[in-house]
Amino acid sequence: MAKATRQAFGEALAELGGKHPQIVVLDADLAKSTKSEIFAKKYPDRFFEMGIQEANMIGAAAGMAFAGKLPFLCSFGCFITGRYDTIRLSVAYAGANVRLIGTHAGVGIGDDGHSQMGLEDITLMRALPTMGVFQPMDAKETSLIMDYLVNEWEGPAYLRLTRQALPDLLPAGADWKPGKLLEIRAAKSTGDRSRKVALIGSGHGTSECMKAAELLEAQGIPASVWNCHSLKPFDDVGLAKLAADCSLIVTVEDHSVIGGLGSCVAETLASLSTHPRLVKCGVQDLFGESGEPEELLEKHGITGTKVAERVRTLLAT
Amino acid sequence: MTPSELHSLSKELRTWIIDMLMEAKSGHPGGSLSAIDLISALWFSEMRGVDGPDRLAHDRDRFVLSKGHGVPALYAVLAKKGFIGIDELQTLRKTGSRLQGHPDRVRLPIVEASTGSLGQGLSVAMGLAMAAKLDGSASRTFCLMGDGEIQEGQIWEAAMAAPKFGLSNLCAILDHNNAQIDGYVTDVMPIEPVADKWSSFGWRVIDVNGHDYSAILAAYAEARALQEKGSKQPVLIHAHTIKGKGVSFMENKVEWHGVAPKADEAKRAIEEIRNG
Repeated sequence: MAKATRQAFGEALAELGGKHPQIVVLDADLAKSTKSEIFAKKYPDRFFEMGIQEANMIGAAAGMAFAGKLPFLCSFGCFITGRYDTIRLSVAYAGANVRLIGTHAGVGIGDDGHSQMGLEDITLMRALPTMGVFQPMDAKETSLIMDYLVNEWEGPAYLRLTRQALPDLLPAGADWKPGKLLEIRAAKSTGDRSRKVALIGSGHGTSECMKAAELLEAQGIPASVWNCHSLKPFDDVGLAKLAADCSLIVTVEDHSVIGGLGSCVAETLASLSTHPRLVKCGVQDLFGESGEPEELLEKHGITGTKVAERVRTLLAT
Repeated sequence: MTPSELHSLSKELRTWIIDMLMEAKSGHPGGSLSAIDLISALWFSEMRGVDGPDRLAHDRDRFVLSKGHGVPALYAVLAKKGFIGIDELQTLRKTGSRLQGHPDRVRLPIVEASTGSLGQGLSVAMGLAMAAKLDGSASRTFCLMGDGEIQEGQIWEAAMAAPKFGLSNLCAILDHNNAQIDGYVTDVMPIEPVADKWSSFGWRVIDVNGHDYSAILAAYAEARALQEKGSKQPVLIHAHTIKGKGVSFMENKVEWHGVAPKADEAKRAIEEIRNG
């Protein structure tokens, strides 16, 4: 099974809406794309079509939160986070209990091109005190994060979702905990720690990690895969643990490596007295462009094949 | 309170504004003095649910100061109402104080919204009004904006959106004092014909002299009556004000937008206010 995380979000939101009357949903003329339309059809009284006014939508959501509602505001990630000043003051500084939903993450959206791609959204949101930043790898994880955001998280949070379908990756019976790194694939070939690779993905990046791990193992390179759904708070302890058991860490994300998952990992690794080398796969300080998703991912080195190639080259030197 | 009681009170509040700004050694006297009559009339004569033991009830009327730099005026009112201590006014802008240089709802929840980056408060006020409407609550939301502030694009997003949602429980107030940091509003970025702009966006516009308490109370009463009669329109009170009102050497002087009075200036200002 494969499903876009925006679709999984829309379904989860509509379901949670039944149990939680305080949930209200705002969209800026993209309800069909963000999948907030599923909620809108079910609960029209609690859905607010805000028109093409992202800044006003963000401010209005803050006001609704102050009056006791739990607003989910939805648009493309780049359009929401582009209204940074409003998020910074009206939402984050004010401690508004708002859920900002940014869909159309990364170059994986394909042909619409750069202006529609969220490529720096994690960087921007992560810099704001009180803001949580979450990104699911698949449909199941999307619904787990949604439960967490409705039932437990206090304060503002940003949720980053894909346009494209992502394969089911969460292992059955996995010990998923909010905020924690999760090993979703153990290294098969054992022994030689000096050749052991830990691949860490987030969002779409995690499925590419799985492909890369298969390719590496086929050549006798032990590779584990870890998923990071919580960019902030980041699991420093979990990372320190996995860093102690490998010789190379590779992060894979469909996002800028400046401020994204790669940066989260780098910031924590640098604080350890010794740590493995880090390779950051992702968009390397570049703009996006139009094209087939698969071609763009390959161009930016975010496919399993490209990641495996990079690891092999590095281990050979 | 009656207009004459409000007038007497306004003298005391104006002296507090001057005093706290002098003590802070920075801040915005011009826009605080232009707005104080509008704000005090609201809090002492119009807003419901801001008095007595239940004054923080969920269905209280709410006030958002979108022009956050005018916050000394709001602090003076909140001190008079007992939400903060009168002595506390001396902590304005000091490390550890709840009285931040611009409103901060985490430190001081009664300010309702954190503002200071201009153009954002009306959207937040709109959200408060939308939630009240959804809940069938009687709570009304007031939002004071500066005239320079409405040069911001986000204001016009909210101006377009509030009529769509039929927010007659939303009353915006425009403090039209015609001065901003770099000069007169008419020179920096003209906003006229401002009343026409708001009414063409679907707002009911009420013109008022922002320093005449009888007129201010009548305008607020008219806005309330419109809502009670089933109007679907949000209201804009277009208040004609004087920057630095009450202190002759500050009135209509752009340079008093963001400079605190020194001790001798504060003394002169306070004497003038008391004798005025």
